[in-house]
Amino acid sequence: MAKFNLKINGNIQEVDVDPNTPMLWVLRDHFQLVGTKYGCGIAQCGACTVHLGDNAVRSCQLPVSAVGDKAITTIEGLSENGDHPVQKAWLEVDVPQCGYCQAGQIMTASALLKKNPSPSDAEIESAMDGNICRCGTYTRIKKAVKLAAVETENS
Amino acid sequence: MTVIKTKFGRRAFIKNTSLASGGMILGFNLLASCKDKTVEEVMLMPKEWFEINSYLKIGDNGLVTIYTPNPEFGQNIRTSMPMLVAEELDVDWQSVLVEQAPYHKENFGFQFTGGSQGIRRRWESLRTAGATAKQMLRQAAAQNWQVPVEEITAESGMLHHTSSEKSAGYGEMAALAATLEVPEVVKLKEVKDFKLIGKSHKNIDAKDIVTGKPMFGMDYQKEGMLIAMVEHPPAFGLTLSSVDAEEAKAMPGIKDVVTIKSYKDGFEKGGFDTNAFPELVAIVGNSTWEVMQARKKLRVEWKPITASTETVKGFRGEETKNIPAGLESSTNHKVQMAALAAKPGKIVRKDGKPVAAFKKAAKVLERTYSAPFLAHNTMEPLNAFAFVQGNKVKLAGPMQIPSSMLPAITSSLGIPEENIEMDIPRMGGGFGRKAYGHYVLEAALISQKVNSPVKLIYTREDDMTNGIYRPTYQATYRAAFDVDNNLTALHVKAGGIPESPLFANRFPAGALDNYLAEEWSIDSNITIGAFRAPRSNFMAGAEQAFLDEVAETIGKDPIQFRLDLLKRAKENPVGEENDYDADRYAGVLELVREKSGWKQNDENVHRGVSAYFCHNSYAAHILDVTMKEGTPIVQKVCCAIDCGIVVNPDAAKNMAEGAITDGIGNALYGELTFKDGVPQKNNFHQYQMIRSSDAPKEIDVHFVQNEIEPTGMGEPPFPPIFGAVANALYKATGQRHYEQPFVKEKQVVG
Repeated sequence: MAKFNLKINGNIQEVDVDPNTPMLWVLRDHFQLVGTKYGCGIAQCGACTVHLGDNAVRSCQLPVSAVGDKAITTIEGLSENGDHPVQKAWLEVDVPQCGYCQAGQIMTASALLKKNPSPSDAEIESAMDGNICRCGTYTRIKKAVKLAAVETENS
Repeated sequence: MTVIKTKFGRRAFIKNTSLASGGMILGFNLLASCKDKTVEEVMLMPKEWFEINSYLKIGDNGLVTIYTPNPEFGQNIRTSMPMLVAEELDVDWQSVLVEQAPYHKENFGFQFTGGSQGIRRRWESLRTAGATAKQMLRQAAAQNWQVPVEEITAESGMLHHTSSEKSAGYGEMAALAATLEVPEVVKLKEVKDFKLIGKSHKNIDAKDIVTGKPMFGMDYQKEGMLIAMVEHPPAFGLTLSSVDAEEAKAMPGIKDVVTIKSYKDGFEKGGFDTNAFPELVAIVGNSTWEVMQARKKLRVEWKPITASTETVKGFRGEETKNIPAGLESSTNHKVQMAALAAKPGKIVRKDGKPVAAFKKAAKVLERTYSAPFLAHNTMEPLNAFAFVQGNKVKLAGPMQIPSSMLPAITSSLGIPEENIEMDIPRMGGGFGRKAYGHYVLEAALISQKVNSPVKLIYTREDDMTNGIYRPTYQATYRAAFDVDNNLTALHVKAGGIPESPLFANRFPAGALDNYLAEEWSIDSNITIGAFRAPRSNFMAGAEQAFLDEVAETIGKDPIQFRLDLLKRAKENPVGEENDYDADRYAGVLELVREKSGWKQNDENVHRGVSAYFCHNSYAAHILDVTMKEGTPIVQKVCCAIDCGIVVNPDAAKNMAEGAITDGIGNALYGELTFKDGVPQKNNFHQYQMIRSSDAPKEIDVHFVQNEIEPTGMGEPPFPPIFGAVANALYKATGQRHYEQPFVKEKQVVG
């Protein structure tokens, strides 16, 4: 066990865990930040996506000891009132079905738009390919990412 | 106007005390408002709630809470079911709060989500709940104002008496209404008077979903809760022999290792008590990661099962299942299936003289189609919360049919049914898998043994290798043609492991003078279960691909060929058992032909058509494929559906889009094989799922407009997409595709 001070959603929080513990389980079990989802545990489905700095990372493959002083943002911290352009676009397009994968989808999409504010269709597909949606909401996801891109540009 | 007797499920319309009622203000996090709530709006919560019936209560300020009865796993019934209540109650959608009902048979009837039955089964009862409440509010106003009830009108949460110019909000009359007798009969609206039904309403849970609020079984938390995992045999055909848990128990954070036996000897299983691995090792600890690590230290010995027979009382009555011993392999399955396909099967339908017709035929077309086992792969792996305290248990977890859990819980834990409390959290996908709640029973047994609240979590590997798969199927179709190339007979022989997929009375049965349908099945110890549109999800693809080839053989347009058969089935049907409506079937084909601009496609765009009837509804697709360096790209799917009245159109479109995408993925990639009883895939690095770049670039969904009471919606668009994919791939590559999955390991098609 070891103590770590983590910057999560803007707050410094301490946790005492096995250094190999993936951030996914630190967030879910120790901080009750359960918006970040467990889907596969091997970085193949994207349900656990969070931001490490500005990058979308799979938290199931990110040991707590590798975080250091980098800021972690989870779906709960993406915006204050759920009004990030990507979240708003998701509501406008009414994307979710079961909803389980959507936090991961939104975290991947918001990281994409930060780096590439007006992605092409192919760039969206490529960026979103690591996030599985078993309900099959991909066409709506793509529409929402495009809408968020337009909204970001206009704001 | 429909007049409904309220005696149907009458208990539900009588004020009850088992639910939170008068005076209790529910916590903010429990409420899902139909619009975004601000702090000010929360402050506007009523001081007192008045329960009018099981499904709704009205606040003194006119807010209405509607209890949505069925489990939700993405169909958006938590929006559409309350819409049915609100429609007849005549209340503004903005004044409605939605709360998930817990399991409660008397109050909420059959709380089952599956079989595309949700809206269909609730269509009358939920509207009646709203209409009953409205009638009681009108009576309360009449009593209060001393005027005849017939003169009271109700609209948008307001009661009016025109001649005396009196008006009151529902909230003002709710206290009195709650004390009145439940009316014997109520009137339901006519379709033309609907204000909410038929208009798109956004998912009431979307805001919570996009902000990551806890809502799934996997998110369940409770003070003092431990995390549990189970170790099941690595292969079908094995069971627990012994366990050495010394090392695992010594690992950090581990509380206990126990063995559980799911069923008592002699327990009579229901249709959803499917379970290949009833004896398990459970490991319990403080946190998920600690349990995962310690689990690796378990030393478990497994042993072969012995062959057995069990009687199961399912939806289709009592069935005897033979469970053979041994370690099965897919290569052997193929040999077994080919052998049975070559023998006469069990004849399930015979019209005319099919054998003679084939003997006389100038030409015979014979094709065999097959599909593998499929894993459900819901994004939320199986999980369940359980807290056993003495002879009581609290359960929460993803359950498509909570009531199906009761007999096993009662029998295995010795807890009476009335002491079983079940919450129904949102499910992260179901697709049939979560109708089989063995994991809920397992969580309860573990909680009882370790005397703590526990949350059982399946890893993805546990989930994918546990069983309850879509079966593997095979079907051989034969068509006979005369010298003039007329279709004179059709023969289908279908089977699977361990069940036949055949629906002998579906199209094209009824459209052919000579028709023969046979089936066979092979016992297996690999467990199977409902998977989005069971059996149809294979038969549609096989049948629609074969009809495409028949149309080509006789030189007819594939849509016109189907329409001609349907015309025959309508005007002069063969047999009396045909279970489809030829008009509605033709209707979706005609609509999709019109909306897709059939035959107007660019020459680089290759089109496949397919249509199917299942779950009381009709769906037709036209799928457009282009080829890019040998890889098929699905450009567009045009879809027409007849599911009767569409309650929430945009949500229904979303579901159809999902069914189409999901079906394309399964047709192209879906496959689970076995070697010596071991599933050959255990996670998404091996099991290929459809991803963003494979999804159709565009999906265009249309509904047939009619006033037929709602039929199924979740499943019907799924089965026919398999045929559309096969038929479009043929156009694109010149090769017919008979064996699913059509793409193996990202190989180039064609």
